[in-house]
Amino acid sequence: MELKEDEIAKREEFTRRVEELSGQNIFACYQCGRCSAGCPMVSKMDAIPSMIMRLLQFGDMRVLEKNTCWVCASCYTCDVRCPKGIDIAKVMEALRQIKLRTNINNIDIGKIEGIEELPQIALIANFRKNTG
Amino acid sequence: MDIPYFPGCSLKSNTRYFEDSAREFFAELGINLVELPEWNCCGTVYSLTTDDIMRHIASVRNLVHAQELGKKLGTNKLMTLCAMCYNTLAQVNALARSRPDDLKTANEFIDDLPDYEAQVEVVHALSFLNENVSFEKVAKLAKRKLNGLRVAPYYGCLLVRPEHVKIDDREKPALMPKLFGLLGATVVDFPYSVECCGSYHTVNMKDVVVEKTRTIIGSARENGADAIVLSCPLCEFNLDERQKDVRMKYPGFERMPVFYFTELLALAMGKKINMGAHYVSPENVLKKYGLV
Repeated sequence: MELKEDEIAKREEFTRRVEELSGQNIFACYQCGRCSAGCPMVSKMDAIPSMIMRLLQFGDMRVLEKNTCWVCASCYTCDVRCPKGIDIAKVMEALRQIKLRTNINNIDIGKIEGIEELPQIALIANFRKNTG
Repeated sequence: MDIPYFPGCSLKSNTRYFEDSAREFFAELGINLVELPEWNCCGTVYSLTTDDIMRHIASVRNLVHAQELGKKLGTNKLMTLCAMCYNTLAQVNALARSRPDDLKTANEFIDDLPDYEAQVEVVHALSFLNENVSFEKVAKLAKRKLNGLRVAPYYGCLLVRPEHVKIDDREKPALMPKLFGLLGATVVDFPYSVECCGSYHTVNMKDVVVEKTRTIIGSARENGADAIVLSCPLCEFNLDERQKDVRMKYPGFERMPVFYFTELLALAMGKKINMGAHYVSPENVLKKYGLV
């Protein structure tokens, strides 16, 4: 597939934005897959972490439509195991923030079931990750 | 000895017994936990984007209070019991030390407190006990043995990751096994001790946590444990309270009590613990080992 120049520029800008927000070098990833292998949430993801990294190298904005960054629980298993030192948890946070900063929350606080039984540590942590 | 201490929200609300047991235990060592004046939320989770300094302000404010209290008490340490508070405060502290420009921005924003000088050392109670007291001394001061109580230490994420704030080996942690081994427990090794419990997904993806809890408790059981011991109030909620939901989905699931590490320490000091505060009562297990 051949891309038009403005599409290439848009993609480069997207990857650059993710790199800036995460402070990580997306292109350091060589697709070993250790992040995906150790991820405790991977079975719930529609694209595994290493796939997100690869798509980001191409500036593919469809990563924002995947549930990966929302299923990520910031457990840091990927980042301590990455042989290239990429903090993938930070990449996931960058993707969450890009969405949240367009004023779209990932959860509707009014619709949380059993909210009265949940401890504040769970609620605040959740709202910090899922709302802008 | 007085040590500046940051409680955090859980220890003052739904898990008061975590703090109560810690205070009772530390009093036996002659250590007084001095609560930070005017503390606020730690921020709960560390914000991971490079430009989100606003979300570090809560932690920086606490670090300033720790700095000022520490000057009066002659220490630069700030101790936490909650693993989540430890992690968030320690990561913000590391950021303050490594990014002076970000620290300057935070200090300029906080105009009602002295500047944070980035000299505080955030310590978790387990590493404080190891480095400043020694587990051997704790065992020597213990009033009774834990009588072989078969307990599986569960670390989860925040005491062992990320690398720069870990308090223990991140793949095979050794502090809790050593401590509870010295106190006479039988420490059970199991393959989920550093795997995430599902964390805050308990709010909007409850089933993920139900499955994790079933797996983690089930594995501890298979490896011979009668109880879990941990340090994080969110893990505690997921692994203890969520067993109710596991039972609804899997009626054959066998429940297991979950202890805060301070409860076992208080027990070893001959204290009583608040068994009614647990969802899964530890009474039968403690009776089995002659600990009540």
